[in-house]
Amino acid sequence: MATLSQGFGAALSSTCLDSKRFEVSSLKSSLPIQPGRKGGRVFAIRSDSRDNSLGSSNSKPRSSPKLVTNAVATKNEAASSKPGHELLLFEALREGLEEEMDRDATVCVVGEDVGHYGGSYKVTKGLATKFGDLRVLDTPIAENSFTGMAIGAAMTGLRPIIEGMNMGFLLLAFNQISNNCGMLHYTSGGQFKIPVVIRGPGGVGRQLGAEHSQRLESYFQSIPGIQMVACSTPYNAKGLMKAAIRSENPVILFEHVLLYNLKETIPDEEYICSLEEAEMVRPGEHITILTYSRMRYHVMQAAKTLVNKGYDPEVIDIRSLKPFDLYTIGNSIKKTHRVLIVEECMRTGGIGASLTAAINENFHDYLDAPVICLSSQDVPTPYAGTLEEFTIVQPAQIVAAVEKLCQ
Amino acid sequence: MSLSTLFKIVQPVSVTSTRSQEKSFLDPLKSNSNSFLGSTSKIRSISSKSTFPSLVRRSSSISAVSDVVKEKKLKSNSAISNLLITKEEGLVLYEDMVLGRAFEDMCAQMYYRGKMFGFVHLYNGQEAVSTGFIKLLKKEDSVCSTYRDHVHALSKGVPAREVMSELFGKATGCCRGQGGSMHMFSKEHNLLGGFAFIGEGIPVATGAAFTSRYKREVLKQADCDYVTCAFFGDGTCNNGQFFECLNMAALWKLPIIFIVENNLWAIGMSHLRSTSDPGIWKKGPAFGMPGIHVDGMDVLKVREVAKEAIDRARRGEGPTLIECETYRLRGHSLADPDELRDPEEKAKYGARDPIKALKKYMFENNLVTEVELKAVEKKIDELIEDAVEFAEASPHPERSQLLENVFADPKGFGIGPDGRYRCEDPKFTQGTAHV
Repeated sequence: MATLSQGFGAALSSTCLDSKRFEVSSLKSSLPIQPGRKGGRVFAIRSDSRDNSLGSSNSKPRSSPKLVTNAVATKNEAASSKPGHELLLFEALREGLEEEMDRDATVCVVGEDVGHYGGSYKVTKGLATKFGDLRVLDTPIAENSFTGMAIGAAMTGLRPIIEGMNMGFLLLAFNQISNNCGMLHYTSGGQFKIPVVIRGPGGVGRQLGAEHSQRLESYFQSIPGIQMVACSTPYNAKGLMKAAIRSENPVILFEHVLLYNLKETIPDEEYICSLEEAEMVRPGEHITILTYSRMRYHVMQAAKTLVNKGYDPEVIDIRSLKPFDLYTIGNSIKKTHRVLIVEECMRTGGIGASLTAAINENFHDYLDAPVICLSSQDVPTPYAGTLEEFTIVQPAQIVAAVEKLCQ
Repeated sequence: MSLSTLFKIVQPVSVTSTRSQEKSFLDPLKSNSNSFLGSTSKIRSISSKSTFPSLVRRSSSISAVSDVVKEKKLKSNSAISNLLITKEEGLVLYEDMVLGRAFEDMCAQMYYRGKMFGFVHLYNGQEAVSTGFIKLLKKEDSVCSTYRDHVHALSKGVPAREVMSELFGKATGCCRGQGGSMHMFSKEHNLLGGFAFIGEGIPVATGAAFTSRYKREVLKQADCDYVTCAFFGDGTCNNGQFFECLNMAALWKLPIIFIVENNLWAIGMSHLRSTSDPGIWKKGPAFGMPGIHVDGMDVLKVREVAKEAIDRARRGEGPTLIECETYRLRGHSLADPDELRDPEEKAKYGARDPIKALKKYMFENNLVTEVELKAVEKKIDELIEDAVEFAEASPHPERSQLLENVFADPKGFGIGPDGRYRCEDPKFTQGTAHV
């Protein structure tokens, strides 16, 4: 980790997404999915996708000229009276973290530059001042060892959050994540719990070069005993962060370098998301598009075009990368009979590959066409902007794939 | 908590102040400890002793420890006895070492009889290290071990029955048969494991030590003075995690003792062929902590340095690195034909059997009688027999156990196509669910 990521600057100075467009999609995230399903759920938490006052701010972008109302299938729910507050995704993560640290003194943060520097993407900014250096521990650059140390701390009663300054750096901690985080609860016969959260920025940023542009979910997905979630909006970033901290299981929370500056209005009152549930982004009838993290926005951009062309795609942010929410996914497939997966992960052995397998195994009878999976090319992410663009899926490809599937 | 306090606490220890507190430890940093490389007038030359360290074997003597022991004797002159242990303590040490030895010998038998499988690494010959340290610990203190972990578990108080049963892969094992020889755990006894890969246990131990400090300073549990002992071998000391953790532990003054069981061999790799400077203990001062070299075949010497290091950790004065020069009297594992090691070398260390040495010491000082020791041996024999019978009679794990313990919260298996959590599936509790 000789090179610290320059992504800090990237995150703060640029977002490839139009925040207004973003707000549209987040409004949609407030639409209810499968009401009634979660009635008896153990999580004493309301799922973000229900009761939510998220769209609450009427003042917001509905009147924006950039808003593509066509892409919004359902009308926004009546705004609640609660005003909410507007913040950026990295601030939402910090808010979730801070609330949990306030609530539970065993919650602590370890990682490179998380303390005095505030985190390379400022997710932990100000926390060291508030909670002190032991609770927000700046570690030496020794991923394998500080990850192992956090695991040892978790075994003995703490709830550490491990920040990978860049997710790719955690490859150096792979042994601890796999052998200890994933397996130790089992090999100890259930005696020791490892309630850690491993989180950090990943994904293809803006010309960060191959090593800083990795999607580690493909590496981590086959580790037994680990849950993986990817956040994509300030709302779910906060809710998933809180859920991950409270979980007794080790959870890897994937953040995306290009999403830290997304803006959204989130509720003032406390909420938490489920680690196992997908999020309905846009209900539709013709095709199910499954996506997560940053690709959600490429999909929504494509959806705009598709709607104009007369298609009615259903967009689901799968959010839970391991395990998959096969209920939400299955219900959608039973309705549309066509599936397109759009991911930034690698084609070989990626999340899309696993998802395709799971769909074929469970819902084969409902499919009218083979599942199409659009993934990144199996190449080290090139530095050059043009090549980088060719490496990952672009909205035009999504439109083409949907047209092909719906022929 | 007050912020300023925390900031102050987290300051790294300065080398000078640490050293002043450690008069009784060997301190190889003679001079220039405060100068940075840039300010030294000359570059230190590399030791010119020999270009072939294997010819000199271990270059340093173990005089450091003898000094510790001598000093102890002098100090206790006023006391009635000059002895390092009382009769009771001697019997505890003897019993623990005999237990370790007898247990491992029984493991070998059971392995060859096909009662246990996989890799089984025995501890024969190294008992003085486990006993010397762990018998000084409280129950709340943690122990972190390697793949050679049976005897550490026994010393820490895990019942022989449970360890044997684990080796047999039975449901009554200390890890329900899910861990095996290299993954012994006991939450009750604060045995943090059995780590099968080289080096991975050291950071976990460092984490336990961090928790100890965290509990005292953040959670305000003032009486939390628990320490952690991390055991590992000479081979591990060339692994990055060893160095990384020495750095972090010294930096944050964590209550941990790094214990190197230097048995000279990393499977077939001689310590002297793999390590540029074979004196592992010398690496302690390089990180601002004491480094001690002790005769690991002498439980009393081990115990003396262990006491000092444990007390130091409890006082909040930080970590210690202790290199115990020991030897394994068997091969690396029961699958190792052990053809590489020189028979002379084996004979030399075989003659220094730590159990015999303790026995001799106790006899010479009239601490115990032959009858008393025989009684201990008989007790252990019965205990081991009982452990084997218990393991033999115990049931194999049921299929229903398969899916348990993958996740502490079984919701981690997720939601199935039917909309229910998979763990709510009746087949889940039978272990037959597809997950």
